[in-house]
Amino acid sequence: MSEALNAGLALFVLALAAWMVVARDTFAAVVGFVAYGLLLTLVWVQLHGVDVALTEGAIGGGLTGAMLVAAAARLRRTEAAARAERPGWPTRAAAALLAGGVTAALAVAVLALPVPAPSLAPETAANMGATGVGNPITGVLLAFRAVDTLLETTVVLLALIGVWSLAPDRVWGGRPGPRHRADPNETLAYLARVLPPIGLVVGVYIFWVGADLPGGKFQGASIIAAMWLLAVMAGLSDAPPISRGWLRLALVGGPLVFIAIGAAGVATAGAFLAYPDGLAKLLIKAIEWALLPSLALTLALILAGVPERPAR
Amino acid sequence: MNLADLFTVAAVCAGAFFFLAGSVGLLRFPDALTRLHALTKADNLGLGLVVLGLLPRVDGVLGGLKLVVIWLLALLASAAASQLIARAVKRSEPGA
Repeated sequence: MSEALNAGLALFVLALAAWMVVARDTFAAVVGFVAYGLLLTLVWVQLHGVDVALTEGAIGGGLTGAMLVAAAARLRRTEAAARAERPGWPTRAAAALLAGGVTAALAVAVLALPVPAPSLAPETAANMGATGVGNPITGVLLAFRAVDTLLETTVVLLALIGVWSLAPDRVWGGRPGPRHRADPNETLAYLARVLPPIGLVVGVYIFWVGADLPGGKFQGASIIAAMWLLAVMAGLSDAPPISRGWLRLALVGGPLVFIAIGAAGVATAGAFLAYPDGLAKLLIKAIEWALLPSLALTLALILAGVPERPAR
Repeated sequence: MNLADLFTVAAVCAGAFFFLAGSVGLLRFPDALTRLHALTKADNLGLGLVVLGLLPRVDGVLGGLKLVVIWLLALLASAAASQLIARAVKRSEPGA
C-alpha cells in the first residue's frame, strides 16, 4: 500500500517537473512550482525527514514561490515579446546537450553511490548527549556542523544586499516595494488582522520545539516573515526605509552573536564554534534566539523587494 | 477491527469522496466562480471529515486540538483566498 503511494508520489513529482519545464506561460509554471514544493514536502515526510519537509514547505514552496510570483508579475509586460523570439537551432541543440549532460552526470553520480551509503548518523547519535539538545538535526546544525549554519545565515544576508543593490540611486535608502492600500473592510485586511497573532504563536512554537522535535529557526522565521508581509500587503503596515539604523542592526545582530559566541569558543573550548562543557545547550539556545528575529527580518525584506520609494 | 477503526475508515473515506467531488467540480464547472465554489465548499468539508476520522487515533488532547486548529486555519485561509480570487475575477470581467 505504502509502496504504491510512494510510486504514485514519485511519478506525480516527475510529471509536474516535466510540465513546469514545457509550460509556455511563466505564471502557470510558477503555480506549478508551488505545487511541486508541496509535493516535495510530502516526499520528505515519506522519507522521515520531517525537518527538511518543514523547510521545503516554508522556504522552497512558500517563500521561493512568492518571490517567483512577484518575478512573473514583473515579466508579464515583456513576456509576449520574449515568446516571439525563437533561438536558432545551434543554441537549442547546445542547451539540450548541456541540460541532458547535467542530468546524465547527476544520474551517474547517484547510481555510483556506495550501498549502504556512508553515514555519520551512529556517531552523531552517540555524541548527542554532549550538546544537551534532543533533536539530532538541531545538534548537527548548531554543534557538529555549526560553521555550515553560520555560512547559511550569512548567505541569506548577502542575498538581501543583492536585492537592495538593484535600487536606483534616487531611492537608495528608501522603502521597499509599492505602498499597498486596501479597503480596511475587505477580506485581505480582515485576514491580516486575524491571522498574524495565530501565525506568530505557530512560528515561535515551531522555533521553540526545534530543540527536541522537528522544527527550527528557519521554518519559524519564514512563518513570522509571512505574517508581517500579510500586514504590509493589506496596507495595515508599511515596510521601513532600509537606511534605518535599528533595521541594519537587527539584520546583522543574529549573525554577529553567532560569530561572537563562536570566537569565544577559541578561548574557552580551544576551537572556533566549540562550546565549553556543560554550556552547549545554553549557548545553542542563545544563538537560536538571536538568529530568529534577524532571519525573520531578512526573509521578509528579501520578499518585500527592491527599494522603490524615497524614505522621507 | 473495532468501532473506532470503523469510524475512522468511514469518515476518512467520506472526506476523500468530497475531495474527489470538489476536484471533479473544478474540472467540469463552466466558469471561475462556480469552480471556486466547488473547491472551497467540498474541500473544506472533506478536510473536516478527514480530521474527524483521525481524532480517535491521536494520543492525547493536545494532538487532537492541533488537528482541529489545522482544519480551522484551512477554513479561514480558503475562505479568504476564494474571496480574493473571486474579486480578481469580477474585476477582470469585461464591463464589470
